[in-house]
Amino acid sequence: MMDNVTHTHEGPDPHAPRPDHDDTLTHHKRLEIAVRELLIEKGILTADEIREAVERMDARGPHLGAKLVAKAWVDPAFKARLVENGSAAAEEAGVQMDQPTRLIVVENTPQVHNLVVCTLCSCYPRMVLGIPPDWYKSRAYRSRAVHEPRAVLAEFGTRLSDDVTVRVHDSTADMRYLVLPMRPAGTDDFDEAKLAALVTRDSMIGVTTL
Amino acid sequence: MGGLQAGPVERVEHDYQLWEKRVDALMVLLSRKRRFTVDELRKGIESLPGDAYDRLTYYERWISSITSALIHRGTISIEELRAKLADIEQRPDGPKVGTP
Repeated sequence: MMDNVTHTHEGPDPHAPRPDHDDTLTHHKRLEIAVRELLIEKGILTADEIREAVERMDARGPHLGAKLVAKAWVDPAFKARLVENGSAAAEEAGVQMDQPTRLIVVENTPQVHNLVVCTLCSCYPRMVLGIPPDWYKSRAYRSRAVHEPRAVLAEFGTRLSDDVTVRVHDSTADMRYLVLPMRPAGTDDFDEAKLAALVTRDSMIGVTTL
Repeated sequence: MGGLQAGPVERVEHDYQLWEKRVDALMVLLSRKRRFTVDELRKGIESLPGDAYDRLTYYERWISSITSALIHRGTISIEELRAKLADIEQRPDGPKVGTP
């Protein structure tokens, strides 16, 4: 009896809120379920369409952008077409563009380095890079990439000499930029697949070089 | 936002959870069916109170914005939404229910 009376909460508070595990049903998760189910009930969307859209999203990623970059490195005519009209060249290379947005490919050279940001929100060349990383959508990246790009690049370990021009491209819903990085030295005997493996997501956003 | 002062870029990334991918899918599919536009998405996000903008995660902002636009357009009603949320509240398995 005495034990019960003197009972105190030693250690972690048993009444503390549960940690926010993935399976905790937050207000916004409930909202997603509610909206999705209502749209399905009303016949506006089907569960299959949603599943397929998620699968398509999972299938898209930087490997697609890397394929375009490697192809451009080995095929100058393709590179010309890619820089001329990114969407058409990507379609030609078998990368499906299912958004009504233009893909604009900007080429890095020894004189010019390109960096991509979306100051408005999170526009990103998803059709060739997948869903953007969290930092791309962060306040810090979006606000500073335009006014101090060299400082942002330095945080990613990218130091450019002062005579290199840095061009920052601010994406919109209609225009999505992809950086065509410079081909690394010493890769002359690499084939397209081996080259593609060298191309990183961050180099195609322009925060790093290869 | 462009040009504002801010601290260092924290290079965080996470694997998106399924519910976040589904929010994304709702956006993609509703735009394709012309029942929603990216401009409405942005308007809804920019109309969030400043503290909500900072407090909510990325896809939390999206689902908030999508929901308000669908109500505004009359695609779904507040009553329907309320009833559906109450129904979800009653479900034993919570998040596992209603997964396509």
